[in-house]
Amino acid sequence: MRDHQISRRTMLQLAGAAALPLAAGLPLRAADAAAGTLTIAYNVNLPSFDPTVGVSAVNPTIQSIYQAIFDPYIGQAADLSFTPGLLTKWGWNEDRSKVTMELRSDATWHDGSKVTPEDVVWSLTRAADPKGGNPIQFVWSKINNFKIDGQTITADVVEFEPVLFKWMAFLTGYVLPKAYYEKVGAEGFEKAPIGSGPYKVDAFERNAFLRLKAHPGYWGPKPAFETVVFKFVTDPTSRVAEIESGGSDITFEIPYEEFDRLKAKPNLAGVTQPISDIGMIFLTDIDPMLDRNVRLAANHAIDKKAIVEKLLRGYGVPIDTLEAPGYAAFDPSIKVAYDPELAKSLLAKSGYSTSKPVKFTIQTTRGFKPKDYEMVQAIAGMWRKVGIEANIEVYEIAQHFELRARHALAPAAFYNWGNAIGDPTTSTGFAMFGPSPHSAWKGKDLIERIGPLWGEKDEAKRIGGWKAVDKYIAEEGEVIPLLQYVQPIVHKKGLKVVPQANGMILPQLVTQG
Amino acid sequence: MRWSALLKRLALIPPTLLGVGAIVFVLLRVVPGDPIAMMIPPGASPADIARLRALYGLDQPLLSQFITWLGQVASGDFGRSISLRQQVFELVGARLPATLELAALSVVLALLMGTAVALVGSLLRGTRAEWLLDTANGFFLAIPDFLWALILLLGFGVLLPLLPISGRLDPQLAIAFRTHFYLVESLLTLRLDIAADLLRHMLLPSLALALPFAALVARLLKAQLAEAEDQDYAQIARTRGFSRTTILQREVFPNALIPTVALSGVQVTLLLGGTVLVERIFSYEGIGNMAIDAVINRDFPLIQGLILTFAVLFIALNLAVDLLVALLDPRLRHG
Repeated sequence: MRDHQISRRTMLQLAGAAALPLAAGLPLRAADAAAGTLTIAYNVNLPSFDPTVGVSAVNPTIQSIYQAIFDPYIGQAADLSFTPGLLTKWGWNEDRSKVTMELRSDATWHDGSKVTPEDVVWSLTRAADPKGGNPIQFVWSKINNFKIDGQTITADVVEFEPVLFKWMAFLTGYVLPKAYYEKVGAEGFEKAPIGSGPYKVDAFERNAFLRLKAHPGYWGPKPAFETVVFKFVTDPTSRVAEIESGGSDITFEIPYEEFDRLKAKPNLAGVTQPISDIGMIFLTDIDPMLDRNVRLAANHAIDKKAIVEKLLRGYGVPIDTLEAPGYAAFDPSIKVAYDPELAKSLLAKSGYSTSKPVKFTIQTTRGFKPKDYEMVQAIAGMWRKVGIEANIEVYEIAQHFELRARHALAPAAFYNWGNAIGDPTTSTGFAMFGPSPHSAWKGKDLIERIGPLWGEKDEAKRIGGWKAVDKYIAEEGEVIPLLQYVQPIVHKKGLKVVPQANGMILPQLVTQG
Repeated sequence: MRWSALLKRLALIPPTLLGVGAIVFVLLRVVPGDPIAMMIPPGASPADIARLRALYGLDQPLLSQFITWLGQVASGDFGRSISLRQQVFELVGARLPATLELAALSVVLALLMGTAVALVGSLLRGTRAEWLLDTANGFFLAIPDFLWALILLLGFGVLLPLLPISGRLDPQLAIAFRTHFYLVESLLTLRLDIAADLLRHMLLPSLALALPFAALVARLLKAQLAEAEDQDYAQIARTRGFSRTTILQREVFPNALIPTVALSGVQVTLLLGGTVLVERIFSYEGIGNMAIDAVINRDFPLIQGLILTFAVLFIALNLAVDLLVALLDPRLRHG
């Protein structure tokens, strides 16, 4: 029996060996955010520091970081309206052949040098260069021949672009430092970027965190926090754990169930905001979507209110056009009613019924947006009741882009569409205009209606024209708008977070108390 | 291992890498998902799209693209990442040390825990406690590393917040490293506060990777120990009056170790594969985490560079394990 006895020394040796790896962590705990530091558990990694070129430049999710470091030409308020940024005044002349911009005189770069009109002209010229890699080059190339007079910059209009100034508040609409960039080059700028925004880059660990320090020479209100840390926590479960453990002060883009649970905790609070991002179903103009009755039936059979209430716990706003409330061409009078009986009668006109359903495929992502797959499942169930049999096919978002660009999407395809500047060109326009690489509907009917609106100089007429297009699309059922997303933000109690309709989480607007 | 065998193994490395490279290259371009489609600006014309495709060399025939890429790789140029706009070699070089340090710590933890459990299990042989230990071991073995990651995240990050649950080190720390091997460097330069912080951040992800591995080591080593204990040399030692503990330490353990080391080598390669999800869950800045973003963005040059890196690691590890086994086993050493 002695053989089976363990000596006390052996036991202690083994226990010690087993406990060794844990010993390093025992006296320590996840540190609470240091005083004066705001930590944000952020949902995407920062791929690149240059906000004007490459794929990341057109990723709306990253813009919060860019807007903390760089100044846009024109600012944007929480409700999507436009406010002075680096430019204090902007506008067209009478015949829309020239633009005038006035640069503020009190802005400085993070290295202390002054932001000059030359910086603005260089930034706009670089953005317009077809070889420069700016994805929105097609907008910036619409002006040239810049002239500087004091703080005033004028330029000639090559081709009238009604949304030129709106773009100056969003994707790639940032002023970069000419002298510094030319000195360090593109690679040098990536390693040590400087901007004129409220925060300057202090430390960056790719895929881990970005640490920012307040810019003492910032022209705007002094931020409440001296230090801001963006922790890149791309997994939603990990973001929930981050805020719950106290490792971060703010997080967002978490499941709505978790949002409701977390905001009920004594040390946390939650805010929500409908944002400029919608869920929709693209209809491709191929069989059976060439049949108007089928399209309209597919529209009328969906109970969007029930989807929002039951699947999204009320966090969503049902919509009837691609213009969400708050967008420039939103028209509340355009309605597409939930009417399953109407859907049945429309299908009957085309010879379809529940016993002889029309069949097609609907594509969707799964987990890319909140409850995307579940929503499509629910929709397929609603369709089944009226005589539509939809085969659900799951794809990755990269596949969606490829198929859309090749005009090879299935007859129905779920997607989300962001429009942070709230203009109809960047919602209905690019989503429904046939020649756009992003549209699924290539029909002549819309090309003829939308075409003249691109260059319309009368703003009221332009917006009115887009509303008419939206009404026509709703009557023809050429797309299925579903809902406007609501962004859930969880933060520690004692912080005041100002939600933005464009979905940005701006650390410079977070205050204490 | 004989020199001739070693040379044969080394000679097989270039064709293996070429094969891996070719498969990855073709697969990436055959499976759906086009990186250009993801970066098409709203108002792009077909000419704009064609220009973009040409800019990244994706307008060329597949064979021509492959030959160009192969030539670049041969000269040490792995291309430029589409999404991160930096050289792939630099990007991978900066992140690989984080993964290597994590994997190394995981292996150390797994071997320590697995060996300890195997030894205790052997000493408890035939008792009810052994059955309990085996059952618990089976439980640890059945749960995959990514699930352990979630369990540890919730357990030690939320319910009992003892350890950090994201990143590689505290963002508040002032850091200035000369290399990307932060842990090694901070230990060598005696910056123990930094080393401790790094270890705190690495502990949960490395435990997630180590626990199933440790359970496997424990099961295998315990079986080998039982087998070795029944061998003649162990019985003779027993008849000569040595205690069981002594026999285990001096006679049985060294002989039981050889198959365990051989299998552990294979397991280390699996562990490296497991870093992809575990790094993601703990927002750890290694190449696994980077690989997920690369795949989402269809960043062809970066994916190719990362997979080649993993392939080199796997080959190197297998070779190292074979050499180690040969070193431990005189029968192999002397043919």
